[in-house]
Order: sequence, then C-alpha cells, then structure tokens
Amino acid sequence: MKFLHLVLVNLRRKKTRTALTIGSFTVALFLFGILATIKSALGSGVDVAGADRLVVRNRVSLIQPLPIAYRDQILRLPHVEEATFATWFGGYYQDMKNFFPNFAIDVPNWRRVYPEYKFSDEEWRAFAEDREGCVISPPLAKRFGWKIGDRIPLEATIWAGTWELNVRAIYETDRRELTSPELWFHYEYLDERRSFWKGFVGWYTVKIDDPGNAVEAAEAIDDRFANSPFETKTETEKAFAAGFANQIGNIRLLILSIGSVVFFTLLLVTGNAMASAVRERTGELAVLKTIGMNDLTVLSLVMAEAIAVAAVGGGAGLVLAKLFTLRGDPTGGMLANFYLSPRNLALGFALALAAGAAAGILPALGAMRLRIVDALRRV
Amino acid sequence: MVRVDGKGTESLVEIRSLDKKYRRGGEEIDVLRGLNLDVDQGEFIAFMGPSGSGKTTLLNLIGGLDVPTAGTIRVAGDEIGALSGRKLAAWRARHIGFIFQMYNLIPVLTAFQNVQLPLLLTGLSKSDRREHVEAALELVGLTDRMHHYPRQLSGGQEQRVAIARAIVADPTILLCDEPTGDLDRASGDEILAIISRLSREFRKTIFLVTHDPVAAERAGTLLHLDKGTLLECAADGRVACKPEDRKR
Ligand SMILES: Nc1ncnc2c1ncn2[C@@H]1O[C@H](COP(=O)(O)OP(=O)(O)O)[C@@H](O)[C@H]1O
Ligand SMILES: [Mg+2]
Repeated sequence: MKFLHLVLVNLRRKKTRTALTIGSFTVALFLFGILATIKSALGSGVDVAGADRLVVRNRVSLIQPLPIAYRDQILRLPHVEEATFATWFGGYYQDMKNFFPNFAIDVPNWRRVYPEYKFSDEEWRAFAEDREGCVISPPLAKRFGWKIGDRIPLEATIWAGTWELNVRAIYETDRRELTSPELWFHYEYLDERRSFWKGFVGWYTVKIDDPGNAVEAAEAIDDRFANSPFETKTETEKAFAAGFANQIGNIRLLILSIGSVVFFTLLLVTGNAMASAVRERTGELAVLKTIGMNDLTVLSLVMAEAIAVAAVGGGAGLVLAKLFTLRGDPTGGMLANFYLSPRNLALGFALALAAGAAAGILPALGAMRLRIVDALRRV
Repeated sequence: MVRVDGKGTESLVEIRSLDKKYRRGGEEIDVLRGLNLDVDQGEFIAFMGPSGSGKTTLLNLIGGLDVPTAGTIRVAGDEIGALSGRKLAAWRARHIGFIFQMYNLIPVLTAFQNVQLPLLLTGLSKSDRREHVEAALELVGLTDRMHHYPRQLSGGQEQRVAIARAIVADPTILLCDEPTGDLDRASGDEILAIISRLSREFRKTIFLVTHDPVAAERAGTLLHLDKGTLLECAADGRVACKPEDRKR
C-alpha cells in the first residue's frame, strides 16, 4: 500500500498509453455489460416460469395452432387443475418499430392460471365486461403514456385491419422480471373478427396439482392427442421458455464469440502496454531491487499497475453500461427485461480484474526475474 | 585495517579467494581471480584500475547484487553467498547503500520521494520517515530542493539526492561506483566532500571506485585492481607494493 503512490505516478508517465489501455477496458466492459444484459433478457422467461405449469403447443411448431376444443379434453386428464389459452396477435401501434408483445387471452380462466399478475377487482371486471377491452403492463403504459379509458388502435400483421382496443386495466406485480411491455385482449373479440384460424388457439397453459407430476401429466396430454390432425407437444413452462430462448441460441453463441474476441484483444493490448512499461523501466526496477525491494514486491508493483488499469477502465465501462440499460429496452419490446443485474456487474468486474491480472503476469514475472547487474549495465 | 593478503581476522568485510568469471558467447572471461580483501568498520577505500578490470563487478559482489563463481564474501558476519532471494534483499536494505555514476533516480518521484524509497521497505511510521528523509537531504544540502523532480535538478544535485537515498536507512557500507564520473570538477568535489564527511563524521565504511586520482586521494587506502586481484598503492596512485612483497 505504501507503494500505491509509485503505482499511480507510473501510470501517469505515459498518459496516452494509459488512457488507451483504460479506454480498451472501458469499451470491452461496456460491451460486456450490454451483451450480458441482452443475454439475460433473452433467457429471462426461463427464470420466471412456474414449475407447476405446463405449456401445450402444436407438435409441428409454435406457430401452428391447436383447436379450442382441446381445453375441455385436457381438463379431464389426470393431475390437471386448470387450463387456459392464448393466441399471438402480433399487432403494432402506429409504426412497426413500436413493436411490443400482444396477444389474445382466454379471459374467464386466465387469472386462475396466472395468479402472479395482480389487478384491482374493479379494473378486471371492467376489462372482462368490455369485449374490446385490453390489459396493459405498467412499462407499456409508461412508454406511450396510456391511461385507463384510452382507445388504442393496433395494426394487425397476421390478420387484416386496425383493431381498436380500450385500456381497461393495468396489472401490477411485485416481480420486476414480469414487467415487460405487453398487452392482452379478449380471445373472443379476436376470433369473431379474424378471417382465418377461427376456433383455434396458439397454446394452452395447464396448471397441474404438483410439479412432481409434470412428466406424467405431459405424457397424458400428448397421448390423448396422438394420431390426431393436431398432435401436441407438452412441456414445463420452464422448458418451453428455454426452448423459446434456444431459438435465439445462435445469437447467444454470437454474443459469446464477440465477448471472447474482445477479451482476447484486451489481453493483448494490456499485456503489450505492460510489457513496454516494464521494458522502459528496467533500470528503475533494478534500482528498486538494489535498495532492497524483494522480488515479490516488484511483482506486485507491476501487477498492481495492470489491475489498477483494469479496475478503473472496467469499472467505467460497467457504469456506462448500467446507465445505458437504465434507459430501458432499446428495441422497444424484443428485449423486455433489459436489466443489468448486480450479479452481472460483479461478474464483469471480476472478469476485468482477471484480464488485468492475466495481462500483467508475464511482464510482472519478467520484472521479478530481472537480474540487477544486467539491468544496471544497460542503463 | 585494510589487507589484501587474506590474513585479516574479524573484519567487517572479509573476502577470500574470490573468483568471478563471465561467459560471453563461447569464451570465458576471468574478471576476478583469487581476490582477497579485509576491511574494518569505518575504513574509506578507493579502487582504481583500468576500464574493464572488474571494479564494478567487485562492488556488485560485495553488495550482493551478483554471485561469485568461487570464494566467499562475509559482511558483518553474514556469508552473503548463502543468502538468497528475500533474505538477500532484506540484508541489502539493512547493510548496503549504493551510489551509481548515473544517479539512477526515479524520474517520476520528487527528491523527497526518491530518498524515502528505502524507508518504505521498513516498518517506520510516516512521520519517522519524514524526519529521516529531511535529515538525509539536509546532510547533502538539498533541503530547499526537496519537492523538485530529478529533471529540475542539476547533475550534481541529482547525485546528492542519490547519496541521501543511499544513506537514509543508515546502512553499514556505502558502495560508490564512479559517483563523479559524469560531473564537472566543482560538482564532483562537492560530492566527494560529502562522501568524505560520511566517512569522517559518521564512520561509514566506504568503497569508492574512481578514475580520478584527486578523488582517490580522499580515501584512507587506495587499492589497485589489476589482472583480477588487488594491489595496495601509494598515495600518488602508483603501485607501492605487491601482496607477495608484503610477506618479506
Ligand atoms: N554480465 C556480464 N556478462 C559478461 N561480461 C561481463 C558482465 N559484466 C561484466 N562483464 C565483463 O567483465 C569485465 C569487468 O567489467 P566491470 O566490472 O564492469 O569493469 P569496470 O567496472 O572495472 O570497468 C569486463 O570485461 C566486462 O565486459
Ligand atoms: Mg565500472
């Protein structure tokens, strides 16, 4: 610690080089922060999924529908307590870039399957009674400044026309990962107005009696509809969400590759800067050893310099990333849970320090092994 | 007492049959050959000898910066060849102060901070360190330049800072390798005056390598390094006698 001052003045001697090295850490860790945020946003559904809920979808693919008549049949199967359904609508407000998730739900049974969304009874009743009513999430209300009673035109993408909906309820939840911008409206209204796929739904969500019975219940459902024109694939909500996330798996791989390349570059840049610093100061290091500084202290001095650069640059990058994410989802709905968690911040900082240490270790070992007589002869 | 015949007893510095060879390319260079030296506490010795005769090598060996090829060096009872790594560094911090021809100050530290460096390796408190540093700087007459950086000082002043750094931890031995080699006459004389004073008033044991007969005159004993061994010289710099002659 007594040598902290020496570490700091050493960093100041080549200001441009230090600034560039710190800058590379800042850029790299900013990027890390954003990529980590995207990655966790893509996978966030997995974490919020209930263990006692199954999702039933068309065996062929998620975009193929299932008959609405399946609900009654599912309810009669063992371990099933409740079942509800929803259909992806895919509308947008005014402009395509204002995209946010919106779907038609089975209003009568919805709340019994999804108790985590809270409503005032009054608002829910108003929604249930208005066929053209809709529910929005707090972030969506905030984004467009919508209030209860507003009439919202949604442009359809799968079906035709402009669909006007009345905001009747805004849900509340104490779980921040559930508050993505989204909108639900009546399945009945959708089915009445749409021109095709009438009587079909996107997927069912089934509540079962016990998570331990999930496999049995899922098999029972799929067996029930085997060899029908609309075979099903049933999995836990968690697996469903994970599968959803896996569809964008290559994006995750891409993120990982970018991250690795950035870190590797960082190692080279910092390692090179530290190597030059040590080379330039060969004589001074020899003097420090001459006055009795031991090898370990010399090693720590160089390491401290590399780690200080990493801490300052990396810390700045993470702060910038955090500030960036505070502005919320930049894609307008595709990355609903755009949030840089403390865990990822800590991970990023640890990675930065590790990169600093890794970059510093070879030059530091070189400084440690430096033979005084050889170094002094070169001065 | 200073002896070069290997017959001294209980000396502060006791060098016996010291060999130092360097290997460069395929060939071996014998720099020091069977060198003996006994030096008591408080002696002031000047070494002279042609360039490349091994003066720096000898100082480095005494200071524990380099290891002998053969032979032993005992300083204050410690056989320094037997010390290694950490212990040697600590030993050096306690016993040895180095002064180089090129001053070797850390350019990004002020005079005060440069002088303080050896004390950072000790357990001294901040205020004790300050006291020692100020005393050392006062001794070399640089109290008013305390917060200057090396580039703001003249060569002579830089060397005075280097001396303050070498003595601040109160070492037993001062090793000075051509400390005036890069200075003009006047500055060189100032440096030599300080070194003489350290010998006279502070009873430091001093080894001074120099090319300058005037500088050598200040020392109590003048030794000549030639063909790998030491010869005692008369005050005029000429070799007065060889070790073999002394025996008669
Ligand atoms: N590290 C080394 N490797 C090879 N040769 C060396 C090394 N150090 C010194 N020498 C050689 O040893 C001899 C003595 O060098 P040195 O002690 O520096 O002489 P001086 O200080 O008397 O001028 C020279 O010939 C020099 O080239
Ligand atoms: Mg020399």
